[in-house]
Amino acid sequence: MTRSTTLISLAVGITILLLTAGCTSPGTAPAPEKNELTVFAAASLTGAMTDIAKAYEAAHPDTKIILNFDGSQALRTQIEQGAHADLFLSANTKHMTALQGEGLIVNDSVKTFTKNKLAVLIPKDNRANITGLSDLATPGIRLVMGTKEVPFGDYTRQALGKMANDTAYGPEFRNAVMKNVVSEDPAVTALVAHLRVGEADAGIAYASDVSEEDKALVIMLPIPDRYNVIAVYPLGIVQESKVKDQAAAFAQFITSTEGNAILIRYGFVPVDR
Amino acid sequence: MTTLMERICMRGNLPLRILVAILVVIAVLFICIPLVALLLRVPQTLLFASLQDPVVLDALFLSLVTASISMVIVIGFGTPIAYINARCQYPGKKIIDTITDLPVVLPPAVAGLALLMAFGRRGLVGQYLNLMGIDIAFTTIAVIIAQVFVASPFYIRQARTSFASINRVYEHAARTLGASPLTTFFSITVPLAINGILSGAVMTFARALGEFGATIMFAGNLQGKTQTMPLAIYGALQGDMDASLALAVILVFISFAVIIVIKILTEKEEAVP
Repeated sequence: MTRSTTLISLAVGITILLLTAGCTSPGTAPAPEKNELTVFAAASLTGAMTDIAKAYEAAHPDTKIILNFDGSQALRTQIEQGAHADLFLSANTKHMTALQGEGLIVNDSVKTFTKNKLAVLIPKDNRANITGLSDLATPGIRLVMGTKEVPFGDYTRQALGKMANDTAYGPEFRNAVMKNVVSEDPAVTALVAHLRVGEADAGIAYASDVSEEDKALVIMLPIPDRYNVIAVYPLGIVQESKVKDQAAAFAQFITSTEGNAILIRYGFVPVDR
Repeated sequence: MTTLMERICMRGNLPLRILVAILVVIAVLFICIPLVALLLRVPQTLLFASLQDPVVLDALFLSLVTASISMVIVIGFGTPIAYINARCQYPGKKIIDTITDLPVVLPPAVAGLALLMAFGRRGLVGQYLNLMGIDIAFTTIAVIIAQVFVASPFYIRQARTSFASINRVYEHAARTLGASPLTTFFSITVPLAINGILSGAVMTFARALGEFGATIMFAGNLQGKTQTMPLAIYGALQGDMDASLALAVILVFISFAVIIVIKILTEKEEAVP
């Protein structure tokens, strides 16, 4: 035997020894595997779903919830492209219906779990003295809203449209309000920032868009339901899921009193049942 | 003795020339391929339709005007700093030099917030301007301020390097022959440093043209007033992607045209002696 073959056989022997030792070593049995549940949730649910997942994991130590937040459109595309998800929480029915149409969602699992309403947001010190919707038309008020392309900006225009068609406000009201717009913000974050530094007098966005910390800095003026554009949030179990039972259990928890309480805390509106 | 440049540009040495050629081709392709992909993706009919859209025309006009004004302002205020820092020794020079570079480090959205906190109506300086009836935020002036803030380092840095590299013998000669310091500066120093000054100015113009983050925070987004091309592109991106890409192609072409015109106008200065 040459020297090199001796070395090789020695190395192989040691490797085999180590491998078998790893397999049989007593006392280090792996912890029971946790059930992993992957949840795709609309970005507006970030705060609320993080808390709900924590509460659920506390009650079910054997389950680990993996959250993936993004725009509903992006999540839909990801599911269509075969990304692994067990539960999908959409910010509108459009994308859920589309996925159902493609057979990617378990049809009878789909249900509305929460709603979201537009509100007028005003900086706490309210220097412009806005106390009602009609004040939004006061000349010189600095108003910020979403661009017509983003959902919250689109819905704002729809709400103003409803007010324009109502004799209580009328088309002049809408024109006066639109004249007061100083910026069409492409994201809620920019809109809230404009309010926080007091540069804008009022803004229109979803009530849930105001974060926990920002709530202390902002007054929320409700918009009556008859003018509001109420966003409906459906959930559905993904057809490909291998843990449909666990997904159903978590979905149940989201709609429970405990889950609902968390959603309400984040500005969402409960579904009437 | 031959320099590396002579070896590559004039003489044989085939392996070296091939190596350089490969590196050059890779670098050029790396920049061109995404641009070509963008161009191929956009239907040409849409490109021409976009050029008739008032939103696009407003944004294009506003972008070109504000970026040009910003460039002139940066040259006006940046040249003295660049000159002093290139020529003089004074206490705190390093600090001034670093401060003028800082806007590059700051994320643009943060720069925009900082500008609001400085010049907004509740801002450090803005509150006094507000008392005098001057309001800057959400105006076209705010667009220019945001661009100047973010784009100035590109000019100052380049101009400083050019001033520092001039052989001072020529300036001394002019002074001995009786030229005033100002005449010397404009008839000797500036012509000698013109390449650096112009390329710095072009970079500043280009950066101002592409400015987005600081503008959206400080100036907001309103068609015809503060909505520059990047803001219009971002807005359209959330609705119709093709329309947004068409705008981007237009912006790339206009920038390309402007920069190439400046390059041609200054070509003779660049000729290798």
